[in-house]
Amino acid sequence: MEANSSFGAPRRSLHRFANPGRFLRLTGKILPWLSFGAFFLLAVGLGWGFFGAPADWQQGDAVRIMFVHVPAAQLAMGGYLALALCSLLSIVWRHPLADLAASEISPVGAAFTGLCLATGSIWGRPMWGTWWTWDARLTSVLILFFLYLGHVALTRAFDDPERGYRAGAILSLVGVVNVPIIKFSVDWWNTLHQPASISLTGAPSLHVSLLLPLLVASLGYACAFAAIVIARTRAAVMERRVRALLLTHAKEAA
Amino acid sequence: MTHLPYIVAAYALGVIVPAWLGIAAFLRMRDAGRRLATIDPRHRK
Repeated sequence: MEANSSFGAPRRSLHRFANPGRFLRLTGKILPWLSFGAFFLLAVGLGWGFFGAPADWQQGDAVRIMFVHVPAAQLAMGGYLALALCSLLSIVWRHPLADLAASEISPVGAAFTGLCLATGSIWGRPMWGTWWTWDARLTSVLILFFLYLGHVALTRAFDDPERGYRAGAILSLVGVVNVPIIKFSVDWWNTLHQPASISLTGAPSLHVSLLLPLLVASLGYACAFAAIVIARTRAAVMERRVRALLLTHAKEAA
Repeated sequence: MTHLPYIVAAYALGVIVPAWLGIAAFLRMRDAGRRLATIDPRHRK
């Protein structure tokens, strides 16, 4: 009994947020602030990066591409972890909103991974002399992009949405092994891509004049990512409610 | 400024992609809210 009750405690607390009405009310209050924060922080971070940050002694002004590329890369990986977490919540606890959130995270994550690959390619051309190379970091991020696209395709491939959500959840949980490979690829293999400039455990290798605008831009992109996913999930919740009500009305009329 | 076309291209993508996603999400949310309000009186404010 004790084991059951301790297992049920997180389940109950998670399901407190699973009520669609409560989710819509809560996110309705958060979303305007998050959107405003994203707009403000992105304007400051990108403006600071473009006009205020100094040029790098080695890369020149091309270092400014970092203020778009690095946040996009962080969110490509962070978004995938959020997708895997939603998949876990869906498979283990059958959280009713987790499937919807996962199916709304994957297209946004794919877009940010595409942005990371595109800006990396634009940065690589003047620095490395090539748009693309089959380097371990670039290849593992390309695999992440395909994992996102695979999740989008799988969740929409079945007539029964529940089967699509299950298949997508399994794919995203299997694919999470790619995240540490991306993170440590620059340490494990001899790559053209530079090592991480910022880490959670060590001091950053960036000068503070580049680090501060990068942190502001990263925070702005993170707020934008969260606001987009929340807005899409809100829309999905309301669309599901509309379908359920229309089905009920049709059954009553029949 | 060196490499200006590359920097401008990266910044343009960095603004257009989130803006496009954000506007599309907002419009979808607004349309879903309107559809729900027409059939569910509880959703009307």
